[in-house]
Amino acid sequence: MARIRFHQSLDDLKERLLVMAGMAEQSIQRAVEAYRVRDLSICDLVDRGEMAINRMEREIDQMALDLLAMEQPMAVDLRFILAVIKINADLERVGDSARTISDRVRDLQAFPAAEMPIDIPRIANLAGGMVRKSLQAFIEADADMAEAVLSMDDSVDKLNGAAHYTLLNLMKTDPALAPQSLNALMISRALERVADHATNIAEDVIFWVKGADVRHNVGAAAAGNSQRGNA
Amino acid sequence: MGVGIEVNSLNAWYGANHTLQDITLHIPANEATALIGPSGCGKSTFVRCLNRMHETNPIAKVTGEVKVGGQDIYAETSAVEVRRRIGMVFQRPNPFPTMSIYDNVASGLRLNGFRNRRVLDDVVHKSLESAALWDEVKDDLKKKSGASLSGGQQQRLCIARALAVDPEVLLMDEPASALDPVSTAKIEDLIFQLKSQYTIVIVTHNMQQAARVAERTGFFLNGKLVEFDSTHKIFTNPGDKRTEDYITGRFG
Repeated sequence: MARIRFHQSLDDLKERLLVMAGMAEQSIQRAVEAYRVRDLSICDLVDRGEMAINRMEREIDQMALDLLAMEQPMAVDLRFILAVIKINADLERVGDSARTISDRVRDLQAFPAAEMPIDIPRIANLAGGMVRKSLQAFIEADADMAEAVLSMDDSVDKLNGAAHYTLLNLMKTDPALAPQSLNALMISRALERVADHATNIAEDVIFWVKGADVRHNVGAAAAGNSQRGNA
Repeated sequence: MGVGIEVNSLNAWYGANHTLQDITLHIPANEATALIGPSGCGKSTFVRCLNRMHETNPIAKVTGEVKVGGQDIYAETSAVEVRRRIGMVFQRPNPFPTMSIYDNVASGLRLNGFRNRRVLDDVVHKSLESAALWDEVKDDLKKKSGASLSGGQQQRLCIARALAVDPEVLLMDEPASALDPVSTAKIEDLIFQLKSQYTIVIVTHNMQQAARVAERTGFFLNGKLVEFDSTHKIFTNPGDKRTEDYITGRFG
């Protein structure tokens, strides 16, 4: 009763999600690069990429829905498909965040370039690193690697909090830089959201691999407590 | 009311074939417990040991302990009494073909010496109602034979016949596998209702069915009980790799 065709379909689903993940990751890199060099042509790429990501989201949801309806998956397969549906949504939101950054970059074109006292590329590197690591954990079905992503979220939150504070002060002391500060603040906030999505992805990987729901700091020890039989 | 079943170190053989190996499990009262596993894994043999049907085969042998409501059914009571307390429904509906609907349901009571017409009428009525068949057959009780009913109705008739002798446990060996989806849904609804009064053990190849009707599920493989846990756990996150391989179709 080996369900070869079904398990091939699960592999196809995983492959499609990874293509989507590559697109989402690239869109964040591009958006931050557009901010760094103030290049609107890169913003256009981000916007087009976001539309492609949206199409991909629908396609992956459809594949997952078909498998749920036709194959009635159980246990690890069921958890995998649920994880894919949720990761899919998070990746789409990563694409939205890239679009937010690209919109801010367009807005900034109306104002003189100004050096901001915060390190956007550093926040982007950390958030991007979390996305990459959570997806690597997904590729390798590695719950330990996914756990490591969860512990990275704090540093991005701190950087974003500090950026918030710094830019607020800048707006007070130099109101002429308020538009640039506000846009930088929104970009920092968008990157912090990307890190949150990476955290969600990591939690979904843990759910898939171990069957444990570790969201909101509860249920970390849920897996592996069954009453075994005699064999 | 239903009673719990305690099975301790149960072993069963057909000739030299050791079909059940050291099974220990506790089936709670007033719940449905599903038994799953590939063909030949021992799950049907297991339920047949629960009402001493297994020993009706001359080459069969059983050792170990089966306590139903605290009473060892192999040591403390007769096989006939055991089968009254523990009713059984099989894969293919098997009403007595020449008997009317009424006589089918009353057969067990008559066999046990009940002759009072009022009592029989009452039990037949209640049993058919419990089996969700009364409304469909009440006008033809003595006119139609059991065999004239549809497959799904015949199966519910067999359930009514089992309920008529007031059992504590109902064993069901693939009760819906020969039925269409509508009849299957009726049997599943019925299992749900019967749980409040009886302990139900159901053998099924249909894993979705096990997931729908049972609180607990046991997975058998090669004569052994691999895992026994809440149905939720078995179908979302089983503890044993072999269970997971079976229910996700990674076997063979």
